[in-house]
Amino acid sequence: MATTTIGTPPPKTTTFETMSRLSYRAVNETVLQAIKAPGRGWYILFLIDLAILAVGVIAFANQLMTGLGVAGYAPPVMWATYITTFVFWVGIAHSGTLISAILYLFRARWRTSVYRVAEAMTVFAVMTAGLFPLIHVGRPWVAYWLLPYPSQGHVWPNFKSPLVWDVFAVSTYFTVSAIFFVIGLIPDIAAARDASTGWRRRLYGILAIGWRGSNREWHHYSRAYMFLAAFATPLVLSVHSVVSWDFAMGIVPGWHATIFAPYFVAGAIFSGCAMVLTLVIPARRIFGVEEIITVDHLEALAKLCLFTGTIVAFSYAVEFFTAWYSGNPFERGQFWFRLTGDYAVGAWTMLTCNVFIPQLTLWFKPLRRNIPFLFLISIVINIGMWFERYVIIVLSLGHDFVPFAFGSRTQYVISPTELAILVGSFAWFGMFFLLFIKFLPWVSLTEVKEVLPPPMKERTAAGGGH
Amino acid sequence: MAQQGVLGIFPYLDATTTAIRQLRKAGFTDLTVYSPVPRHELEEALEPRESPVRLYTIAGGVLGALTGYGLASYASIAYPLVVGGKPLVHMIPYTVLAFEVAVLFGSLATVLGLFITARLPRLAFETTYDPAFSNDRLGVFVRCSPDRAAAAREILEKAGAPEVRHA
Repeated sequence: MATTTIGTPPPKTTTFETMSRLSYRAVNETVLQAIKAPGRGWYILFLIDLAILAVGVIAFANQLMTGLGVAGYAPPVMWATYITTFVFWVGIAHSGTLISAILYLFRARWRTSVYRVAEAMTVFAVMTAGLFPLIHVGRPWVAYWLLPYPSQGHVWPNFKSPLVWDVFAVSTYFTVSAIFFVIGLIPDIAAARDASTGWRRRLYGILAIGWRGSNREWHHYSRAYMFLAAFATPLVLSVHSVVSWDFAMGIVPGWHATIFAPYFVAGAIFSGCAMVLTLVIPARRIFGVEEIITVDHLEALAKLCLFTGTIVAFSYAVEFFTAWYSGNPFERGQFWFRLTGDYAVGAWTMLTCNVFIPQLTLWFKPLRRNIPFLFLISIVINIGMWFERYVIIVLSLGHDFVPFAFGSRTQYVISPTELAILVGSFAWFGMFFLLFIKFLPWVSLTEVKEVLPPPMKERTAAGGGH
Repeated sequence: MAQQGVLGIFPYLDATTTAIRQLRKAGFTDLTVYSPVPRHELEEALEPRESPVRLYTIAGGVLGALTGYGLASYASIAYPLVVGGKPLVHMIPYTVLAFEVAVLFGSLATVLGLFITARLPRLAFETTYDPAFSNDRLGVFVRCSPDRAAAAREILEKAGAPEVRHA
C-alpha cells in the first residue's frame, strides 16, 4: 500500500481520497506529534486566556459581594445575558454529540477525523454552560436546593417544573458526554503511552487503564460504545428540548410555542457545527493534520451548517407566521416589537447572521471549500446564534402583557459585569480546550484508522476497503 | 502471571485472519489477538459469543427509569404541592425526568459492564504485549503447552508472520 509519512508536503487540496492513502503508521506519527511539549506560542496563548478568565472571575466575585444589581436587569427583563449565554453554550455542546453519536449510528465515515475535537468541545461547553445558572441565581451558595435530597425540612423540589428537569437533563448530559469522551480516548491514550517516554509515559499509562487492544477488549468495547451512542442520540435531542421548555412552558408571548423543541435543537447543531469549524480550521493548520482533516471534511461540516441553518430559517418564518395567524394581539405585538422595537438591532443581527449570510453563500460549492471564508462564516454564525437566544429571552420578556412595562424607559442594557462574565466564559472554555489539544490525542487514532483500508497482503480488486 | 505460548506479529490483516482460522482448525483455542483497531474480519475469524455488555445496559436503563418515576412520585407525595388542582403524581412530566435518569443509569451501567467483561482496568501487563500493537501491527498470541509450541509456530510463520516469539 502507498505510504505517506510526515515530512512530505501534503497535496494541495486534501480530500477523502488523499486521506485514504495514509498508512496506519502515518496516522500515528501525524497525530501524536501534536502532543509533544508545548512551545512558546502555546504558553503565550494560555497566559492571555487565563488573564481574560481572571477578569470574568473578578466580575463574578464583585457580583457575589454586591448582589445581582450589578447585572443590569431591568424589570420585566429579569432573565438576560446569563441565561442567553447558558443556552448558547448548551447549544454549542450539541453538535459534538451529533457528530460523535448520531453520525456514528448513521455510519457517516467522515465524522472520524473531527469527532474527538467535537466531543471535547461538547464536554467543555457543558462545563461552561453549567456555570451560568449558578451565576444567574441570586444565592449560588444554596444552588444545591435544586437537587432532590432528603432534607431536615422535608422539602422536595417540584418535579413538574421545567427548571428541575433542566437540572437533570444538563447534569445527565454532562456525565454521559464525559463518559463517551473518556471511553473513546482509552485506546488512543494507550497509543500515546506506547509512543512516549518519561513522565508522560507513566501518566498516559495510568490514564489508559491497561488497554492492550486485545480481541476481548475490542469485542466488549465496540458493543459498549454502540450502546453509549444509542443512549447519547436521544439524549442530545432531549437536552435542548428540555432547555427550550424552560421557555415554552411559560405563557410569555414569544416563548409559549410548541415549535420550540425542534427549533432549539436545529439551532444548537447549527451553532455547534460552526464552532467545530472555528476550532478545527486553525488547529489542523497549526498541528499539520491537513491530510487527516481534509477540505472534504470541512465541506461536510459546512453542509451540516447549511442544512440545520435552513431549518432555523424555516423556524423563524414559522414563528412569525404563527404570530400573525394566531390573531393573538400579544403574540403579534411581540413579533412587531422584535423587528421594529427597542431591541430591533438584536433581531436584525440574528436574521443577518443566521439567515441572510449563510443562505446566500453556503449553497455554493466553491465557497463551502474556501477555508478562510468558512472560518469567517463560522464566527458570523455564532454571533448570530448568541443573538438568537438574546432575542428569544430579552425581547420576549421586554414586551409581554403589561403595556406599562413596554418601551425605552425600562430598556435592558448589558452591564460591564455581564460582559466581563460573558467574555470570561470563552476564556474558561478556551483554557480547557488548550490543555486538551496539547495533552491528549485530539484526533482519534483508532477511528481514523478504522475508515482507512486495512493493510492487506493480497490486494483484492476492490482495494481492500469495504 | 507467567504465560506459556507463542506470539506472532503480523503487518497484514488478511494474514492474521488466515493464521487465526488455521490455528483454530488445528485445535488451538486459547488465542489472544491484538490489533490497533477493531476489525470485523478478526471478529469473523474468532467467532466470539455475543458480548454480555447489553445486559448491563438494559438493567441500568430499566433501573434508571424506575428510579426517575419513583423519586418524583415519592417526592410529590412526601411534600405535596398542589398546583391548579392538578393531580399530585402525574406521569407525563415525570417521563422527562425518568428518561434522563434512565440514560444516566444506563450509561453508567454500560461502563461498569465494559470494565467487568473486558477486565479493565488492568494493572499488570503480559510480557506478550508489544507497543507496535497500538500503531500498525497485529499480534496473535497462542497459549499452549511447550510440546505444542512448535506446531503453533509453524502455522504462524506459514500464514505470514515475519516475527514469532516464544513467551
